[in-house]
Amino acid sequence: MSAIDQYIELYKENEQAVCRNSAGALNEARREAFASLAGASMPRKGDEDYEVTSLEDVFAPDYGVNVNRVELGANPAEAFRCDVPNMSTCMYFLFNDAFHPGKNAANSLPEGVVVKSLKDAAVENAALVEKYYNKAADGKCAQTSLNTLLTQDGIFLYVPKGVVVEKPIQLVNILNSGAPLMANRRMLIVLEEGAQARMLVCDHTQNCEVSYLDSQVVEIFAGERAVFDYYDIEDSSTGTNRVASFYVRQAAGSNLMIDGITLMNGFTRNNYTVEMEGEGAELHLYGMAMANGNRHIDNHTVVRHTAKGGHTDELFKYVLDDNAVGAFSGLVQVCPGAEKTEAYQSNKNICASDGARMYSKPQLLIDCDDVKCSHGSSTGQLDQQALFYMRQRGIPEHEARLMLMQAFMHDVIAGVRMEALKDRLRHLVENRFLGNNSSCRACPSTCHKSGGKDA
Amino acid sequence: MLDIKNLHAGIEGKEILKGINLTVRPGEVHAIMGPNGSGKSTLSAVLTGHPAYKVTEGEVTFYGKNLLEMSPEDRSHEGIFLSFQYPVEIPGVSMVNFMRAALNAKRKYYNQEPLSASDFLKLMREKRAIVQLDNKLASRSVNEGFSGGEKKRNEIFQMAVLEPRLSILDETDSGLDIDALRIVAEGVNKLKTDNNATIVITHYQRLLDYIKPDVVHVLYKGRIVKTAGPELALELEERGYDWIKEEVDNAK
Repeated sequence: MSAIDQYIELYKENEQAVCRNSAGALNEARREAFASLAGASMPRKGDEDYEVTSLEDVFAPDYGVNVNRVELGANPAEAFRCDVPNMSTCMYFLFNDAFHPGKNAANSLPEGVVVKSLKDAAVENAALVEKYYNKAADGKCAQTSLNTLLTQDGIFLYVPKGVVVEKPIQLVNILNSGAPLMANRRMLIVLEEGAQARMLVCDHTQNCEVSYLDSQVVEIFAGERAVFDYYDIEDSSTGTNRVASFYVRQAAGSNLMIDGITLMNGFTRNNYTVEMEGEGAELHLYGMAMANGNRHIDNHTVVRHTAKGGHTDELFKYVLDDNAVGAFSGLVQVCPGAEKTEAYQSNKNICASDGARMYSKPQLLIDCDDVKCSHGSSTGQLDQQALFYMRQRGIPEHEARLMLMQAFMHDVIAGVRMEALKDRLRHLVENRFLGNNSSCRACPSTCHKSGGKDA
Repeated sequence: MLDIKNLHAGIEGKEILKGINLTVRPGEVHAIMGPNGSGKSTLSAVLTGHPAYKVTEGEVTFYGKNLLEMSPEDRSHEGIFLSFQYPVEIPGVSMVNFMRAALNAKRKYYNQEPLSASDFLKLMREKRAIVQLDNKLASRSVNEGFSGGEKKRNEIFQMAVLEPRLSILDETDSGLDIDALRIVAEGVNKLKTDNNATIVITHYQRLLDYIKPDVVHVLYKGRIVKTAGPELALELEERGYDWIKEEVDNAK
């Protein structure tokens, strides 16, 4: 008996409704997903790559799935205030797992660029969606297959050959429900040869009293020399559980920035799988995680170099307080034929309290000569010398600790390739360490402001 | 201003200071000299409240207040400043934010409003000039990538900003070439008034050519074993510490 079974039952009972409210390639892919889930179970604590994290437990509660696409509330675009000012973006929403365009969202997009509901794209851009949908995702991964089985909508971004999208594309994911809810979101991102775009994704939870399971599968196809930034800011609630899987394929000379930031959450597991298939592909894979209370953040990364001259720069940093648990497991694999690969992986962490726990497993697997690779991991406490130095200058201990925690994140923020976002991140990180939940400030709903100490 | 009576203190159960007595009055400059391991740096750590050091006996008052009961930050607000022997590098914390936090914490302690951005920058400019500290360093992380001389100049710059009543200079001359030493010493002299005092902890006479002490103490085995005028420093320069060690050890 696995937690998956209840969702398979739910699917069997509602298959028609699921398909009727979705379309094309999304429905086509369900059969295979259904077959692969027969007898499958979610990873349990202790399974390979799941040393401290049980997805079985995360999927166990009886979450509702909105198969009939009932409108659960007001149009989120009306109420949402973005917490990243000084930045003009084309804004879109996934309200739970239903797509809503923001006001004037598409006005400034260059010709040929498509940003729309994935469900609509499966009909209106059927050839494109069929070509890419579910082609990078791992059919053997249980949580990915479950997402494929149940997902009905998401976002589709397509940038044709040579087109540069100047304005960042912003996707605001909002969870808001009166009862425990599972959202199955799907993102399909295709950049053709020489295309360029930047995407800012933020996760928010509005009704914080309810628990959520946010299942996300993101597929990114970067064509030759394409340049793409994906900034992913999770700023949800202690009752939000997130299981996200990223599948990325990079063609020759493409340059990607993937930056996963966890400011506020309950439970988070992010899987990043990047295939460096083209010669000279470049990847910047960054992560920044802040957790206190009993929160749990687990990032797992696999970067596979199969072509010559690829470059990976990977950096994940955690600051854990109270009884928070952090985990990082990362594999960089350099396969035969991937000469001249340069790959650097680093994981650095601070446990600011006795109760916080960090588990780190950096891995490097090299099957090829003439490469430059390094990996490293360190976990420690705040620098006591620096702390005393600051206190001697009169900075109160509490404030000095905050400044040091924030300073620790400084190189991850410095890596961000959007100036306005950099400034805002500094501010968000500072607020986070001060114990303010920016998600609550940006939220129009009137649920109790749970952003305080515990959160 | 500062009264130290029979101070015993140590680290990890090991007693290092074994009964220090010292009185410092406004306007005075005291030099504390002594061989390695005599307890000079421990004394500065204990006076500033370093959490690793434990006081086992004795008392220290500063303008009549019990210093030993205060947190390091409150001692700072009360006007005690330590120029560190090894200034700490703090990557990711800019000099500007560091100084603003320090200055505004002190102002808050005295119920003053935080400085406005323009007043703060003006103050920084003025104080930088005292030790000829490059403007470029202000935008960098605290002490990160600073040369030895820049780090020590940065200490005196911070002293100039915070205007302490008692400054403790711990081996401020170590690692300085003669030009940097002169700049640092001139900075200290410019900041000297009739209302503040300085304790110069040093190994060598060299720094005392520039910062003239009123009193010279020799610390040995955790006690002040000799106190005299500035001529004592010159004598130590000439004869070393061995004669004092012998005097003390023979007296037992």
